[in-house]
Amino acid sequence: MGKTVVVTSGKGGVGKSTTTANLGTGLAQLGKKVVLVDADIGLRNLDGVLGLENRIIRTVVDVIKSNYDFDRALVRDKKLKNLFLLPASQTHDKDIVTPEEMRELCQKLIAEYNFDYVIVDCPAGIEQGFRNAVAGADEVIIVTNPEFSAMRDADRVIGLLSDYGKNNISLIVNKIRPKMVTQNQMLGTQDIVDELKIKLLGEVPDDEAIIISTNRGESILWNENSSAAQSYKEIVARMEGQEVVFKPLTYEETFFDKLRRMLGFA
Amino acid sequence: MLTFLEKIFGRSQPPSKTIVKERLRLVLMHDRGSTLDPQLLGNLKEEIIEVMSKYIEIDRTESEVNLDKSEDTVALVANISVRNIKRENLR
Repeated sequence: MGKTVVVTSGKGGVGKSTTTANLGTGLAQLGKKVVLVDADIGLRNLDGVLGLENRIIRTVVDVIKSNYDFDRALVRDKKLKNLFLLPASQTHDKDIVTPEEMRELCQKLIAEYNFDYVIVDCPAGIEQGFRNAVAGADEVIIVTNPEFSAMRDADRVIGLLSDYGKNNISLIVNKIRPKMVTQNQMLGTQDIVDELKIKLLGEVPDDEAIIISTNRGESILWNENSSAAQSYKEIVARMEGQEVVFKPLTYEETFFDKLRRMLGFA
Repeated sequence: MLTFLEKIFGRSQPPSKTIVKERLRLVLMHDRGSTLDPQLLGNLKEEIIEVMSKYIEIDRTESEVNLDKSEDTVALVANISVRNIKRENLR
């Protein structure tokens, strides 16, 4: 039986769409049948992260308003035949769909198309779009950054989710800079887990390779040597129920790093 | 260079990680406090009074339990009105 996983954050720009695309790619690489649903109606973006922006014919709004006719709405990934995108509409407002319709949509994708994972990319904010996106969630993944406002918003979202009865919540800390963490100039993932008090799914480094992959419209998971790809693989394994011990990203300080730090330049 | 001199003279600031952690802890307490279910405070008050009532006689209507938020601390303030001390608890 498949499940619906919603990726959310509260704050914008923390890497929700990138995370959604990479989790989908990672799970599909393991042979799972995955559909990524862009719930950010009016600000379509997941298509671009996947490099599928030129292949969109029908959107999530068309599907819902046609009594769940999925014909030509599911766009297949360029490389993985078991990974699909259901794109957002660019021309509507977020209140054109209701939470009930979104829940029905996710259930139909699982029941009629046998998807193992429906991964919903939630819009930023805590308004209608957020409520729509989380309505059908079996699990929620919060993406945050090691940064004051992102963590504050994440905490608020966790509170709202438990008000909605969503208690299966886990955390991905994105854009970690191991060097800064080592030098005590950035919160480490364990510090963040201690404050937010939710289950950790994993951390992802702030890796330039992600920017390069995104520019190309490809997933970082195809760049197997990157540390970000390694992080996503561990996260995906945990989603699949494997026990992967969490080891924080590390940075070996060079002699000059130490010297600079001692002199107060770091 | 200024930070270097400050280090030598022992005036250096704590690392920014320590600062942000402290700021975050406080703001989360404030945020969580202001979105706290009023029912929860009510239940907390009832249970506090129940425990205290074992030892002293409490005036429930005159008692209050609140979260008191100031600039840099959040405190649970319980103002419990004592009506009488129970005789069996006297020495």
